[in-house]
Amino acid sequence: MLAFILRRLAQSALVLLAVGLIAFAMFRFVGDPIDAMLGQERTVEDIARLRAALGLDRSFVEQYLRFLGGALQGEFGVSWRLGRPVGRLLAERAPATLELALVSGVLAVGLGIGLGVYTALRRGGWLAGAIMTGSLIGVSLPTFLIGILLIWVFSVELGWLPSFGRGETVDLGFWTTGFLTVSGLKALILPSITLGLYQMTLIMRLVRAEMLEVLRADYIRFARARGLRERSIHFRHALKNTLAPVITVTGLQIGAIVAFAIITETVFQWPGVGLLFINAVQAVDIPVMAAYLMLIAALFVAINLIVDILYVMIDPRLRADRAGAAR
Amino acid sequence: MRPPRTILGRALDGDLGRSFRRSPPTVLAAAVALALILGAALAPLIAPADPHDPASLNLMNGFTPPMTPNAFTGEAFWLGTDDQGRDMASAILYGLRISLFVGVAAVALAMLIGVTLGLIAGYVGGWVDGVIMRVADIQLTFPAILVAMLIFGVAKGLTPPESRDQMAIWVLILSIGLSDWVQFARTVRASAMVEAQKDYVAAARLIGRSGAAIMLRHVAPNALGPVLVIATISLALAIIAEATLSFLGVGAPPTSPSLGTLIRIGQGYLFSGEWWILFFPALTLLALALAVNLLGDWLRDALNPRLR
Repeated sequence: MLAFILRRLAQSALVLLAVGLIAFAMFRFVGDPIDAMLGQERTVEDIARLRAALGLDRSFVEQYLRFLGGALQGEFGVSWRLGRPVGRLLAERAPATLELALVSGVLAVGLGIGLGVYTALRRGGWLAGAIMTGSLIGVSLPTFLIGILLIWVFSVELGWLPSFGRGETVDLGFWTTGFLTVSGLKALILPSITLGLYQMTLIMRLVRAEMLEVLRADYIRFARARGLRERSIHFRHALKNTLAPVITVTGLQIGAIVAFAIITETVFQWPGVGLLFINAVQAVDIPVMAAYLMLIAALFVAINLIVDILYVMIDPRLRADRAGAAR
Repeated sequence: MRPPRTILGRALDGDLGRSFRRSPPTVLAAAVALALILGAALAPLIAPADPHDPASLNLMNGFTPPMTPNAFTGEAFWLGTDDQGRDMASAILYGLRISLFVGVAAVALAMLIGVTLGLIAGYVGGWVDGVIMRVADIQLTFPAILVAMLIFGVAKGLTPPESRDQMAIWVLILSIGLSDWVQFARTVRASAMVEAQKDYVAAARLIGRSGAAIMLRHVAPNALGPVLVIATISLALAIIAEATLSFLGVGAPPTSPSLGTLIRIGQGYLFSGEWWILFFPALTLLALALAVNLLGDWLRDALNPRLR
């Protein structure tokens, strides 16, 4: 187990170093930071001073190491577009994205598992059939069209919910939250549905398929024969045994939710990290792009690592195999 | 004894045609896809106006609703006009052209890269295989759309500012193509590894054929079926990816709008009640993506020997 974790840690570190190299290469070779930061009126001395200040006169390896060291401390240079430190920009925008991702994730996992269990148990019922058909349409609709559709119905036609922004937020010093005001909570509804819908259908279909598989297994028949109550069979015996693949997919989808927040945040002008990133791509603001890449990479690698370890902990068979292989 | 037949051989005889005719949704999807492709291809001939020609625009025609004569000029347009009096039907046909072109070209690029790397990885093996598949694994950890955005940003940074708009379509193809090669590589690699063990490959090697020739002439055709399926499904994904990127403002420029760009523009008029500027491009995109998706699903099931 320990050897497995150590090996996975080493792999993760390698991936991060590789992504760091890509981010650094972008940083260093795409566009010219001097051009971007100094205006038209500049002297040769200005350029030399800035080159030295940015460390551009040092060797490639030294610059890469300095870049990595800065990244570890949350320093990613200065945004070309906004002229402010990228680390601080990201820290300001992070609460908006994380709150949105959290609500979407809870929505996707809660509704996904619930509806998955329901459609598996009531297979053949008209409501279950309707949910399955609806989920097919939900998967085929591009995210941004779902967002626009929701805005059209609930903001333009019905006028119930806001179509953009976070509403009023409360500043807690290190964190701005939309959870504490009515307008903040209302503003969360449409974006979180837009962002979580795809993941919800995915989890639902997976849970349904796994449940149908497990319900056919012998131990479920024995549980019935022992006279256990249906509720206990469905949730204690069946659902529990479908969770291993569900955790894998859910874990990986959490990463996807953060990444797809880019699209949702653009549709709803949600002031999060994703909107910052897309504006950076539009304006070729390389420091912000590089920092976002590093951050997302760290997030994905961490999630993959946690999922792998959880998987081994949940499924004893894997543990035995690994232990056997290690010896 | 019948000679062994490749998947392509099976595809060309009656089986596939019969399974096609037996599935009404597939026939409908094929009809929709064909109509849209023809519309895009023949856009200069069948479009009522050239939407990119400023001389054909009459500002008085702006915001004309669909099928209703304009209050000032009396002109009517099937799908209405946008703010500048541009005929929406023509704009959609030309946008469809760009969306389809980008989608097909991006999939072709992804296929070229993926099949080549997959063949090399599967046939050569060893550390070459290790490096290629490790890169594939890392790329697969990230959503393709994110990879495409990053490549788009970097490529945009590398093109000189004055030619960015003209280059945007090519940059778009490059970024979607590069974000989507992994599936092809994985599939082809698996097929190549299986085929490389077979006697006929050993025989071909014995008579002195080169590695490249064996890969292209003997191994590649046997991986064609799965590649075809992935290509169709990738096409639907690429069309949606293109629309998403253009919608986000990091794709086709307003000077040559794709369906995604049109939806981006149309979103601005949702609140003022000019719904048709948004609705018809969105509907067209949806029909296209759904039709291609259905065709891909059908092809996957029809070519899957286990489902026969």
